Amino acid sequence: MKANSRNWPIGLLLALILMLPTLSIGQEEDAFAAALSQLKTASTSDRSQAIELVAAVKQPQAVIVLQALLDGRLLKLKSTDQLVIGTESDIGYQLADALDAKDLGTVERSATQKITLTNSLRTELRKTIGRLQLNDADAAIRLAAVNALAKAVDEDGLAMLQEHLNSEQDEQVQKAIKLTLGLEQLNSPSKLKRLEAIELLKAHADQNIVNRLNELVEKDDQGQYVEADSDVRNAAKTALVSINSDLQLYAGIETLFFGLSLGAVLVLSAIGLAITFGVMGVINMAHGELMMLGAYTTYVTQQLMPNHLGLSIVVAIPAAFIISGLAGIIIERGIIRFLYGRPLETLLATFGVSLFLQQTVRSIFSPLNRSVTTPEWMSGALQINDFLALTWNRFYILVFCLLVFLLLLQILKRTRLGLEVRAVAQNRPMAKAMGVPTGRVDALTFGLGSGIAGVAGVALSQITNVGPNLGQAYIVDSFMVVVFGGVGNLWGTLVAGFSLGIANKLLEPYAGAVLAKILVLVFIILFIQKRPRGLFPQQGRAVEG
Amino acid sequence: MKKLSTTLRKLGLVSVLAGLTFVTGTVRAEDTIKVGVLHSLSGTMAISETTLKDTMLMLIDEQNKKGGLLGKKLEAVVVDPASNWPLFAEKARELLTKDKVAAIFGCWTSVSRKSVLPVIEELNGLLFYPVQYEGEESSKNVFYTGAAPNQQAIPAVDYLMNDLKVKRWVLAGTDYVYPRTTNKILEAYLKSKGVSKKDIMINYTPFGHSDWQSIVADIKKFGSTGKKTAVVSTINGDANVPFYKELGNQGISAEKIPVIAFSVGEEELSGMDTKPLVGHLAAWNYFMSIDTTKNAAFINQWHEYIKNPKRVTNDPMEAHYIGFNMWVKAVEKAGSVAPDAVQKAIIGIEFPNLTGGTSKMLPNHHISKPVLIGEIQDDGQFSTVWQTNTLVDGDAWSDFLPESKPIIADWTAPINCGNFNTKTKKCSGQNFK
Amino acid sequence: MTLANGFKNDKLMASVMALLAAITVLIPLCNWVFPVGSPLYFSAYTVSVLGKYLCFALLGMSLDLVWGYCGILALGHGAFFALGAYAMGMYLMRQIGNRGVYGNAELPDFMVFLDWKELPWYWYGFDQFWFAALMVVLIPGVLAFVFGWLAFRSRVTGVYLSIITQALTYALLLAFFRNEMGFGGNNGLTDFKEIIGFNIHSDNVRASLLMLTGLTLISAYFVSRWITLSKLGRVVTAIRDHEMRVRFLGYRVEMFKLWVFVFAAMLAGLAGALYVPQVGIINPSEFSPLNSLEIVIWVAIGGRGTIYGAIVGAVLVNYAKTLLTGWMPEIWLFFLGTTFILVTVFLPDGLLGLGRNRKEQKS
Repeated sequence: MKANSRNWPIGLLLALILMLPTLSIGQEEDAFAAALSQLKTASTSDRSQAIELVAAVKQPQAVIVLQALLDGRLLKLKSTDQLVIGTESDIGYQLADALDAKDLGTVERSATQKITLTNSLRTELRKTIGRLQLNDADAAIRLAAVNALAKAVDEDGLAMLQEHLNSEQDEQVQKAIKLTLGLEQLNSPSKLKRLEAIELLKAHADQNIVNRLNELVEKDDQGQYVEADSDVRNAAKTALVSINSDLQLYAGIETLFFGLSLGAVLVLSAIGLAITFGVMGVINMAHGELMMLGAYTTYVTQQLMPNHLGLSIVVAIPAAFIISGLAGIIIERGIIRFLYGRPLETLLATFGVSLFLQQTVRSIFSPLNRSVTTPEWMSGALQINDFLALTWNRFYILVFCLLVFLLLLQILKRTRLGLEVRAVAQNRPMAKAMGVPTGRVDALTFGLGSGIAGVAGVALSQITNVGPNLGQAYIVDSFMVVVFGGVGNLWGTLVAGFSLGIANKLLEPYAGAVLAKILVLVFIILFIQKRPRGLFPQQGRAVEG
Repeated sequence: MKKLSTTLRKLGLVSVLAGLTFVTGTVRAEDTIKVGVLHSLSGTMAISETTLKDTMLMLIDEQNKKGGLLGKKLEAVVVDPASNWPLFAEKARELLTKDKVAAIFGCWTSVSRKSVLPVIEELNGLLFYPVQYEGEESSKNVFYTGAAPNQQAIPAVDYLMNDLKVKRWVLAGTDYVYPRTTNKILEAYLKSKGVSKKDIMINYTPFGHSDWQSIVADIKKFGSTGKKTAVVSTINGDANVPFYKELGNQGISAEKIPVIAFSVGEEELSGMDTKPLVGHLAAWNYFMSIDTTKNAAFINQWHEYIKNPKRVTNDPMEAHYIGFNMWVKAVEKAGSVAPDAVQKAIIGIEFPNLTGGTSKMLPNHHISKPVLIGEIQDDGQFSTVWQTNTLVDGDAWSDFLPESKPIIADWTAPINCGNFNTKTKKCSGQNFK
Repeated sequence: MTLANGFKNDKLMASVMALLAAITVLIPLCNWVFPVGSPLYFSAYTVSVLGKYLCFALLGMSLDLVWGYCGILALGHGAFFALGAYAMGMYLMRQIGNRGVYGNAELPDFMVFLDWKELPWYWYGFDQFWFAALMVVLIPGVLAFVFGWLAFRSRVTGVYLSIITQALTYALLLAFFRNEMGFGGNNGLTDFKEIIGFNIHSDNVRASLLMLTGLTLISAYFVSRWITLSKLGRVVTAIRDHEMRVRFLGYRVEMFKLWVFVFAAMLAGLAGALYVPQVGIINPSEFSPLNSLEIVIWVAIGGRGTIYGAIVGAVLVNYAKTLLTGWMPEIWLFFLGTTFILVTVFLPDGLLGLGRNRKEQKS
C-alpha cells in the first residue's frame, strides 16, 4: 500500500488517536464539546476538520452524532444555540443532547435549525462513520460499514480493511472484506494472484466486479490490452459470460416491472373513466381535473397533519374519494343529467367544467406546483442486488391499483348499487320500468367514477407534479386505455392498461421514449380497425350509440 | 317547463352577447407611460410566468412610488397569451398598436419569443426577455436579461470537471431548442477538453415526460463504470419532479451522480418534495440565499407586495428587476420612451444586481452577470458552492458552434448588426437588405 | 331547394353571409383607398386578427361537414389544419432563402443548426408555390383518405372513432415535436419573410390575405352547401340519422362518409395554409388534442349541422378569447368554461338554434 500523503485529515485523525490516552476524561469532554461547537460554523473546511475531531474523541457518542448529522437530524436549538439530535415525533422533534445523549424533551420543528451539509462533507462523513463502525461490537453494523467503504474504495479504506481482516471473527464480514480486497488483488503483479481473484469474484453480482472484469478484457487507446496476460483475460471473459447472462435476466425483470408500474398508473387513471365513460357513456373531459382534485386533497391533508406524513397519505385516500366523488355528483346533478341521450354533448359541457376546475385551483392554490412529500415508507427501493432494484413507490402503486380494481369489481358485482348500475347501463328504460331510481343511480355511479379518479390522484401525487395541469397530462392516455380495452368492460381496462404499459417499456430502449409512444398510438389506431369495439367488446343492446 | 327553458335560453343568449359586445372602453389618461406585461397566466406556462407578471407589477408600483418616469406615472398593461404561441404574437401586436406601450416585458419559452420577434421588429417595439436561453440570436428590439449559454452552462461544466473531477457526462434534456443548443455547445466544449465520445450520453425526452424509470436506469448503468459521472440537466419544468423522484428512489444520490440543472430554481423547488434533491446542483446568476442588503430588501419588498412571506424569489425575477431598472435609466438618459432613443441610450447602462455586482447592458443586447453554482438544501434554497470572481459578459453567438463562431452581435456604430459575420463582413438576419 | 330559396328562408344565414362579404371586400378596400391614420383605415392588428378568425371559421365549417352532416365526431380535425399549415410553412421557409440567421440559401436555420448537411427529401419541391399549394390540400386529403378508408370500412363508429382520431392527432403532435423529424421541433417554422415575392409584413399583403381568406370561406360555404343539398348530402345526412337503415337500403355508407371526410380534411388544410402567413408561426402545439377539441366547441356553440353556424361559433369564441385575455387575464377561463356549460345545457342547437324556429332535433 502506498502511503497517504494527500489526505491530511487522516493524518490528523491518527495523530489525535495517538494523543488520546494522554487526555484525561475531563479533557476528552472538553475536546468533544469544542469539536461539536465547531460543527456549527459555516465554513466547509472548518466543518470538515470538526468532523474528524468529533470522530477522534469520544466513542460511541461520536458515531451517533455523525450519523445524525448525515441523516439531517443534527439540529441547533434556535434559543440556546445548543447542538441536539432530533427524532421525529407526533408534535415535532424528540430531542437528545448531542454531548451526552441526555433527553431534552420535545420541541416544535420551527424551534430548531438543521446543520446543513454539502456533497463533499457527506462523502467524508460516510467514510468516517464506516471507519468508526468497523470496530462496532455488532457484526451487522460491521458488515454495513465494510460495504459502505467498499462502495467508495480508496487507499486508506483498503489499508484499514486489510488491517481489520486480521481481527475480524465474523465469517460474513470476512467474506465482504475479502471481496473488496479481491478487487484490489486484480492489480497484483502476480498472474496467479490475479486468476485467484477472478475465481473468487465471479460468483458475485456486484457492480464494481463487473466493471473491473470489463476493464480486463478491454483494449486501451493504443490498441493494447490492459491486461497483458491472455490466461487472465480468458478467465475474465468466462466469468463475464456467466455474469452477463444473469444481468440479462435482471434487465428483463426490471423492464417488466417498469412496464407493470407504468401500466398501473394508466389503469388507475383510466379506471374511473371506465365507469363514467364506459358504463354511463359520458365523455367526461373533466376526468383529469377530478384526479387533480384528488392530488390537491393529498396536499391539503399533508398540510393539515405535517407531523404524520406517513399516515396522511392513507387518510388522503378516503378524503380524495369523498371530495372528488362529491364534485362528480354535483357535476352530474348540475349539468350532465340534462344531457342524457346526447352523449357527445357531455364532452362539451365537461370540457367547460374542466376549464372551470383548472382555474379554480389556480385561483385557490396559485398556478405554482404544490409540494407533496413522499413518506419514508414509500421512498427508496427494494435493493435485490446491484443490478436489480424495485422502487417502493411504484411497487405500492401497483399493489394499490390492483386493490382498487378488485374493490370496484366487487362493488359492481356484489352490491345493490352495482346491480342497479349494470341494469341502467344495459337498458335504461327497462331498468326504470322495473323501479330502479335511475336518477339516483346515475348520480351515484358518476360519483363512484369520480371518486376513483380522486383516489388515482392520490397515487399520482406520489410520482408527478401536483399542479393545475396535472389532469391534462393524463386525460388523453386514459381515453386510449378505456377504448383499447373496450368501453364498458373493467377487465378490458385492466388488461389494456398493463399491456400498453409493458409495450411502451419494451419499445423504449430501442425507439426512445417519444417514438415508443407514437408507435403505441399507431398500434391502437390499427388495432381499432381490426376490432372496432376494443379488446373486450361489450355485449347487448347498449352497444349502439 | 318549456316556457322556463325558453326564457333561460334567451337569458343565456343575452348574457353571452352582452359579455361579448361589452367594449373595453376604460378611458386611460394620456399622461401615463404604458408598460406591456406579456406573460402566460393560464395554460402550461402559467406555472412559471405568473410570478413574473407579479414581479413586473411590483416593480412598476415601486417606480410610481418614486414619482414615476419623466414626470409621468407608469401604467402596466397585463394580457394573457395563455401559453399559446400564435396568441403571443397577436397580443404583442395588440400591446404595441392598440395600447401603444413603451416597452414589453415578457415571454418565457423560446418559441414564444420567436413568435413575438417578427411583430416586435416590424413595429419597432422593445422586448425585455428575462429567461436563460439558447443564444444564437440578437435582435435590435430585444434585450436579453437572462443568461446566455456561456453564462450558465459552460461555467457549470467547468465546475464539475475541475472541482468534482467528473469524467463521464449525461446530457439530459427536454426535446426543444434550448436543451438542443446547450447540449450541442457542451458536447463541443467537452470534446475540446478531451472527453471522448463514449463518455458522453445524450438523451432527449418530450415535454412533461413523467415516466423516467427506464431513462434513470440507463443513467445509473452509464454511471456505474467507476468513473465519476454527472448529469447536466436541461429538463424543463414539469418533467423535473418525476425525474428527481425516480433518481431518489433508484438510489442515485447527489454524492454518486450529481445532477446540475439549468432550469430548476427556487420557485420550481417550492413545488417539489426536496428530500430526493438535496445535494444536487443548479447553476444560475442569482440565488435567493445570496446574502446582500440589496437582495434582502428585494425579498422583503416581494413578500410585502405578494402578501405571503413564504414566496420565494428566483433568477428570472432578478432578470426583470435588472431589465426594468436599466430601461428606466435609459429612458431617463434619453429623455424619451421612443424605442430608437432607448435602444441607443441603454447600451452601456449599468445597474447593480442583487448579488453584489454591477450588471451592464452590452452592445449585443445581453447583460453581464455573475455565475453561481449552488447545492440544493432541504428547505428549497441553494447554498452557493462556487461562483465566478467577476461578472461574465453574455455572448449571443457561441464560440463553440462552427456556424456561429464567426458571428458577432454589436448594436453600436459602425457594425450596428445583431448577426455580423466577421469573416465575410456581412450582416445577415434582421438588417438584411 | 335552390340557393336563392335558401337565402329567403333563412334570413340569419343571409345576414351572416352579407357581413362576411362586407368584411372580405370593405376592409381591404378601405385600406387601399384611405391613407394610414384615417379613421376608416383598419390597423394591421384588426386585419390580422380578423384574418385569423376567418381561418378558424373555415376550419370550423369543415368540421361541421363531418360532424354536423356525417355524424362523425372527429376529435382530431386540427391535425389536417396543422398539416396544411406546415405545408404552407415549408414553402414560406424556403422563401427565406439566404436571409436566414446563418445565411444558408438551401437549408432553413434550424437544419443548419442541427448540423444537417442537405435538405431531407420531403422538403423537395416546397420552394415552388404551386407545389406547396397542391400539398396543402393533398397531404391532409391523403391522410384523411387512408385513415377514413381503414376506419369506415371496418365500421369503427361513435366514441371509438372519436378517440382514434384523437390518437391520430396526438401521435402527430409527438412526432412533430421531435427535432429529428426535420420540421423545426417545438419552435416550429417561423421568421417568414415573403410570400410569392411580396413582403409578408406589409399592410397590403395582410389585407390581400384577409380578402383571400374571406373569399375562400364564402366559396367553401357555397360548395359545402351545395354538397349538403345534393343527393350525396342527403344520403350523408341520412347516414348521420340512422346508418344501419341507409346501409340496408343498399348504399355503400363508407364511401359517402369517406368522400365527405376527405373533402373536409382538404378544407381544413386550406384553412391552415391561409392561417400561417397571417399569424407568422406554425408549431406542433396546433396538433394538440385540446386544439381539436376547441374546434368542436366552436361548432357546438354556433350550432351544428348548419355550416354557417360554425362560422358564427368560431368567430364569436375567438373574439371572446381575444377580449377576455386582455381584459380579465386572471379569470377569463371561468367565463369561457361557464359559457361552454351554459350553451350545451341550455342551447343544444347552439346560438343559431335561438334564431331558428326548428323542431326538436335528435342528435
